[in-house]
Amino acid sequence: MMPALTRGAMSEGDPGVPSGFGVPKRMATVVLVAVASALTAGSLSAQDGDDLGQVTYDRWCAGCHGVDGTGNGSAAGYMLPRPRDFTQALYQIRSTASGELPTDEDILAIIDRGMPGTTMPGWEELLSDDERDALVQYLKSFSRFFSPDQVPQALDFGSPTRVSDDVLAEGEQLFRDVADCAACHGDGGRGDGESSTTLADDAGFPIRAADLTENWLFNGGGDVEDIYRRLLTGLDGTPMPSLADVVTAGVITNDQLWALAHYARSLSPEDPPGITEVVRGVLFEDAPIPSSVNDEAWEGVERAYLPLVGQIIVSPRWFDPRVDGVWVQAAHDGETVALRVSWSDPNNSPDPLWADFKSQVISAMQPKEGDPQDEGPTPDQLMVQFPMQMPDGMEMPFFLSGDNRRPVYLWQWQSDSANALEGEGRGVGTEVFQSDGQNLTVDASHADGQWQVMFTRPLVTENDADLDFVTGEAIPLALFAWDGDNGESGTRGAVSSWYFLFLEDPTPVTVYVAPALAMLLTVVLGFLVVGNAQKKERAGGEVVSETAIS
Amino acid sequence: MLDRIELRGIVAPALALLVMAGCGGGDGGGGGGGGGGEAAVENPVDAATAGNIAGSIMFEGTAPSMATIDMGGEAVCAAKHASTPMVQEVVVNGNGTLANVFVYVKEGLESLTFPTPGPVLLDQDGCIYEPHVLGVMAGQDITIRNSDGLLHNINASPEINRGFNSSQPVAMETTRAFGSAEVMVPLRCDVHGWMNAYIGVLDHPFHSVSDGTGAFSLSTLPPGDYVVEAWHELYGTQTQNVTVATGQTAEVSFTFSAS
Repeated sequence: MMPALTRGAMSEGDPGVPSGFGVPKRMATVVLVAVASALTAGSLSAQDGDDLGQVTYDRWCAGCHGVDGTGNGSAAGYMLPRPRDFTQALYQIRSTASGELPTDEDILAIIDRGMPGTTMPGWEELLSDDERDALVQYLKSFSRFFSPDQVPQALDFGSPTRVSDDVLAEGEQLFRDVADCAACHGDGGRGDGESSTTLADDAGFPIRAADLTENWLFNGGGDVEDIYRRLLTGLDGTPMPSLADVVTAGVITNDQLWALAHYARSLSPEDPPGITEVVRGVLFEDAPIPSSVNDEAWEGVERAYLPLVGQIIVSPRWFDPRVDGVWVQAAHDGETVALRVSWSDPNNSPDPLWADFKSQVISAMQPKEGDPQDEGPTPDQLMVQFPMQMPDGMEMPFFLSGDNRRPVYLWQWQSDSANALEGEGRGVGTEVFQSDGQNLTVDASHADGQWQVMFTRPLVTENDADLDFVTGEAIPLALFAWDGDNGESGTRGAVSSWYFLFLEDPTPVTVYVAPALAMLLTVVLGFLVVGNAQKKERAGGEVVSETAIS
Repeated sequence: MLDRIELRGIVAPALALLVMAGCGGGDGGGGGGGGGGEAAVENPVDAATAGNIAGSIMFEGTAPSMATIDMGGEAVCAAKHASTPMVQEVVVNGNGTLANVFVYVKEGLESLTFPTPGPVLLDQDGCIYEPHVLGVMAGQDITIRNSDGLLHNINASPEINRGFNSSQPVAMETTRAFGSAEVMVPLRCDVHGWMNAYIGVLDHPFHSVSDGTGAFSLSTLPPGDYVVEAWHELYGTQTQNVTVATGQTAEVSFTFSAS
């Protein structure tokens, strides 16, 4: 029903990602499906053995991981982090100590569940048990490190301690002052620590410190048990170290390691954000709508999480978006609408400290897209898109800046400007912005690895080029975001499909009157029924049975 | 919980004691192998018939200028350096020699088995590794010390051995060993992007690193013909054939050129 890139692509090619991973995980698989579909023809030719593991691998895995298991499949250049190189047997997600080989169960678990936050999907529902078991053995055969004589031993992880406010406070203190997780992950956990600009994986590719506020994208799972395991085992091949020696040396206790895990878990919402179609624009009838981006009034406004994916329709495409989702809040008072968009971004681009990281990302990602030149410093950007006119029925403009038949109305903000612009789009690259008569104002703030941008506009303007916002109707809305210091600008950015903004109608008087009326009616009817029954009972028993028959 | 790790905590010091006791024996008494469970190994070298290799690493051309390290974010480390610390990729000494070149016997000792020496120290002091280049024997314990008292992680990424990545958020020591010969094992600290080191792991103890005068020495070698290799992190490797005679010191020098 919606002209959505993501949903359309997924309904055809979703390789059975377990539902537990939710929408963002499924979004990540789109990239894989999109690039892998072009590759299967080539990899099928490798089916010369009758080994089930090899046949399965060559068909489903080699496009990314390479026929030889080195992680250099033809799709690998579209991916950061790059696909695993199986020859080194460096596995991030293990139940074994840092540097140790994974158990068979560890490898199978990743095949089954995939790796959230990366392009690796889960295969549990697509491949049979036999195929997945055979894959485990085939993956091991790529590396000389595995030997039948040495069976890796899983650590005993025990069970979680109870969580309480005291435990969380202790965890926070450990996070900041003892284990210094903030050095990479940042004070707010959004991956903006001082060392985050220079992180690289073992293969030398730039890598981000995990955003701890999005646990549904943690590579090894987002439960407190998962986090504890990662703390103890580290993520081999990445900068994330094991804290096992820290516990062994008595610097922190095992209970404190659990406290650290509980605290890291607490940085994300209790439940991962669900599927939201509608951003509700809360009506402020008795109080003024939020007047600034940090206005405390925003705290009471419900927020909707809208996942974003790389723009992979128009060349040059972008497979490594930094912004994987935005939180959107909306408020209005019948005169003015305010929209606040919040998302994780480690820095305010352009920032010279990130220049090196940026050029590494571009050189890792761009050879596949014709190597456009580095444009120099680029700002962070956000664009909010509405149809130029409210659509009749469900026919929406093309989700990427519309087209001539159905143009779009745009709000554009960028980090190096104090103003936001209204504009119009009739296709990617055709966006033009109004030079005068701007009715849009903006207030932006960057703190603790997060952008918050608030747009404000009158619901109705005198400018014909503006969309008039109506209450009580679903107004199509889409968002695009760019992280300048992740090499993003132009068509290289993150996009969403269409969602809806629903501005609440002023509450009509009938809303208060109707329940009272209904209650009165119920009481009256109740008396009538009871009275009637009592009358009949007085009239004799056979009348009752007669009533029952009728 | 942590059965395995706690076990290691006990086994590692025990092994270290065993090794130190062995080396303290004076005449090459046995030491515990790093792999554990092996019989004690007798030092096969007779000091009375042994010879030496010594020399220096020369440098030709203009030394590339090394970037300075901005330790502004780590005041504790910055304060430990009298002058602005420099990246250690190429360290040319005042006398025109090259430091941090790993020199070792590459061929000629295959038939012999050597006792494993005691632990060797790799320090993180002032947010740099000290030493920058280190030689060890396979199985020899490496005591990795954090003298800075702030977060370092030791991320070893070998290709022949298994690596590790261990956090050291406070002043503490971690002991590790590599089981197989490998030249070189890179180490890095991801918290401080400039911090790196190299460990040369050999099946024998004949290794040396050129010092602040460019000098190196390989002492108490059995007489015989050897291939000696010199390794530099930027300029690569060079080899020479060297003959060692009883009671003699074979003079060898390598020359690396700025390219």
